Parts: sequence; C-alpha cells; structure tokens
Amino acid sequence: MLLSLLRHKGKTMQGISCENISKSYDNGKKALDSVSFGFSDRGIISIIGRNGAGKTTLTRILATELMPSAGNASIDGIDILKDPGKVRELIAIVPQESRPIGWLTCKQAVTTYLLYRGYGYSEASSRASEALKKIGIEQYANSLARRLSGGTKRKLTIATVLASDAKIIFLDEPTTGLDPISRNELWNMLELLKKDYLIFLTTHYLEEAERLADKIGIMEMGNLLAFGSMDDLRKKVDYEYCVRINDKRKKFELKDGKYITGRDNTEQIFTSKSEAFEISKQLMKEGVSFSSNPLSLEDIFYYIVKMRLSEDYEEK
Amino acid sequence: MKRSRFSQIIASILVNSLYALKNYPVTLVNSLLAPISIIIVIFFVSKGSLVGVAIEGGLLTAMIGAGTSLQMDVSHFKNDFKIQDMVVSSPTSQLTYMIGMALSEIVDSIPALLVLGVLALVFIKPTIMQATTIAFVMLLMFIFSSSLGFLFSTFTTDIIESRAYLGIFSLILTTIPPIYYPITYIPMPFQYLAYLSPTTYAAEIVQNSMGYLQLTPLNLGIDFAVVIIAAFGLLFISYKHAVWRDR
Repeated sequence: MLLSLLRHKGKTMQGISCENISKSYDNGKKALDSVSFGFSDRGIISIIGRNGAGKTTLTRILATELMPSAGNASIDGIDILKDPGKVRELIAIVPQESRPIGWLTCKQAVTTYLLYRGYGYSEASSRASEALKKIGIEQYANSLARRLSGGTKRKLTIATVLASDAKIIFLDEPTTGLDPISRNELWNMLELLKKDYLIFLTTHYLEEAERLADKIGIMEMGNLLAFGSMDDLRKKVDYEYCVRINDKRKKFELKDGKYITGRDNTEQIFTSKSEAFEISKQLMKEGVSFSSNPLSLEDIFYYIVKMRLSEDYEEK
Repeated sequence: MKRSRFSQIIASILVNSLYALKNYPVTLVNSLLAPISIIIVIFFVSKGSLVGVAIEGGLLTAMIGAGTSLQMDVSHFKNDFKIQDMVVSSPTSQLTYMIGMALSEIVDSIPALLVLGVLALVFIKPTIMQATTIAFVMLLMFIFSSSLGFLFSTFTTDIIESRAYLGIFSLILTTIPPIYYPITYIPMPFQYLAYLSPTTYAAEIVQNSMGYLQLTPLNLGIDFAVVIIAAFGLLFISYKHAVWRDR
C-alpha cells in the first residue's frame, strides 16, 4: 500500500541548487545576502538560525512563493525563475505557522490538497486514507481538524504534503511549539521519510537538525555562514572536541585549541581530538570533574554565529 | 501524471463551501436568511410597493456579497491557515484558484438565490427577456465584485485589514447605491455620489428592464458600458496585479 505513495522511490534526483540568492525589500531591509549551496540526494537539509536569520525567506524563494532580488536556484534541475510551473509539480510545502482548516475532517483536508495538485477525486480520497495511515493518524480520519491536539494537527499537515507526488518537501519550522513527546514522534517520522524524499527543514532547535539532517546550513542575518555535514562543520571551525572543566582556576597551555566562553558564560576548550585526549587524561589524574565531547552542533552554531557577530562589531 | 484543472476548481468549492455546509449545517440557515432580511424591511416600509425592486436588489446583493465574502475567505485562508502558500507551491495556477474560490462563493449563495428566485417568480413574474437581463447583470456584478475581492485579499496580511476592506466595499457597493429602491428616491446632490459605484448602473439596468425606471437608450447603453468595463477591467487588473508569487 505504501508503494503507491512512494512512486518516485529509486529515481535519480538532482536536488536543490542555490546560487547567490539575495533578497532585499522595498524598505531597504536585506533578508538574504548571496546564499549558495547545493544538495543532490534524498535526505534532510536543515537550515538553522535565530529568528529573523532568513530561513523562511530562503524557504519561500525555493518553494517559488517569493521572487529573489538576485541570484537563481534550481529544483531537480529545473530553474525556479524560468519554469516555476514545472518546479511546483515536484515540490510541496508546509509553511511556518500553517494549520489545517478547522471545519474539515482530516481526510477532507488531505483530499482537497490532492485535488489542488490535480488528482481525480477517487484517487485523492484513497491516497488521503493511505497517507493518514502512513503517518499513523488514520483513527482521526473523520475527526474535525479543530478538535485535534497540536501534535496531531502538525502530523496532519505533513500527511497532507506526503500524500502528493511531490518528491521535495519544504517544512518550515514544523516542530515549533510542540511538546517534547510530539516533537520526538515527528522526528521519528521524519527519520523514516528522509529515505524517500528530499526534505528541506528549517528549525531553531539545534538538536533537531543534529539528529535528522544530512546537511546543515547555519544562517545569520541573511548570510549562510556554513553548510555541510556535521563533520564538514567541525572542520569549518578547525576544532573537533570541546572540553568543559568545572573548576575555572584550572588552566592549560594549549597547542591546538583555544578557550571559548560558552553561551552560559562557562569556559570551554575547543581543540583537536588528540589534545582533548591529553587534557582529559591529566584532569582524570588530578580528579578534576570535566566533560569532553566531539563538538556538538550547538557548540559549532554558537561559535560560528559569535565569530560573525564579533566581525560585524569590529567592522562597525 | 495528468493533472485535472477541474479537480483544482472543485477543491476550492469543497473546502470553502460544500465541506463547511456538510460539517456545519447551520451555515446553510444563515445563507438562506441573509438576503431576505432587508427585503422584509423594504416590504414593511414601502407597504409592499417596492417589494419587486427589493427582490431584484436582493439578487444583485447576493452577487456582490459573493465577491466581498471571497475577499474575506481568501484572506482567511491566506493569513490564518497559510493555505494560499501551499497552493502557490502546487500545480494550481492563480487563475484556477481564483475561479475555484469565486465559484465556491456562488455555490454558497445557491440557497439564497433559490429563495430569491422563488420570490421573484411570485412577486415579479419576469418575462424571459427580463430574466435574461437580470441574470446577465448579476453575472457582470459577480465578475466585478469577485475580481475586486480576490485582488484585495491577496494584499491583506491580517484579518483586521480584511474586515476594514469588507466594510468599505459594502458601503460603496451595496449601501450607497440605490439597489433596493429607484435612484429617484435619493435627493439630487447625493445621486452623483451614487453614480460613483458600478452597482448603481447595474441596479438601473435591472430596474429599467422591470419598468421601475425609464431610461433613454443612451443612458441604458452607458449603464451597460460602465458595468461591462468595470467587470472585465477589474478581472484583468486582478489577474495581472493580484499578489500570487510575492515580490
């Protein structure tokens, strides 16, 4: 039954390619500044950044909802400016803050979206049932959407786009406002779906991106500061490990690393794997409590964004 | 995959009209009662003498109401549910969405139109020629008001803004124009104000066809020209300038 929902499974995909996309508004505000990246596979691209970093603007441009001021992009090899009609056959979006229409039942909500995509009524209806089953909310098929919990509503919006023939799905902050359990359920679902779709996911939950994404983009003030896998991002900051020492008096002469003030004003050492190992050995000998981990996305995000902000500050 | 434009139009009719009626039948009662209320008032105030004009006015108002409701509904879908964003990024075109949403408003108006149609048959007893004229003018006013409604809905960013437009459109299109009575009932300097609204010209055509107003052929021609230009001009402007893919 699931096979009919995954008709594009196994077909080659050219993914998303984005070249120097910029967006400025009439009031002079620059929302995006020469954003470039590419990804040509199934999986999840996650764009992280603070509120107002430009994530939604980038999503809306790629989903052919908003015209860029400069630059271009292609979706599965099709130019979003020259042929938006063809692009729209391949993509589907769950916009930020979208919610199902309250007076529709779940099945009616999915069915009407499929009708908008041009399916005949009977096929739309049967695909809607399959999609609700696939997402695990078939028991709500005849329930009015307004009566659903927040998590189920979000699942319904995702089921809506997954029921279609779109192979590239844009999810703009799909887990914002969800409780931890609902969020975890959605993450499990996305982990399964990424085998069959290219999912472009924006979020400000760093653990969401770290857990789900194959490629992560870090955005700040309209700039894409870094893009790549977790390993690529670690290389980008030149460090591999983070050592956190509870005793602030404890200092080391660092060969490879440097002291960084963390977001909670704790002092931490970013360094190479070997130096982290040496420091750890010494701290263990001395009985000082510490933690040593590969750099997390959170570490990298704060480091990169902070560097950028201090550069801007110095420029000013 | 072969995509059906018919399905895309039906989607709007289902989501904005039929599913709402099915899941909330009380909306049907409202739809039936809305056009009758003012006719009752006119009936009592004029002691029955203006009931025919009022019924014609009700028919025109139903068409204009479809357009103003379209403005509210498209705006609601766009700003509160983000449905328009999902549709823009789908194979449905702007024109197809516009037609579908406009037709959904007509479907919503069917109960009211049926009631008004029965009242017209009972109180006016129009000839085929008169019925055709009324239907043609109703169609033009529907094109005009739904184009206006769609155009403005795509500019709105909040329900408060939509409500403001609704109030302004209702005033210009249904309150100021002499829809429920002949224009001669309006004192002279204010008649000029009424002529600023295309609805006045539409009402004159309908009232002339039923004999409530005697227009010269030139005036009738001018009235038709104004209504046709307003309808198709606004349809063109709406198609060209409604905000579909944001800039």
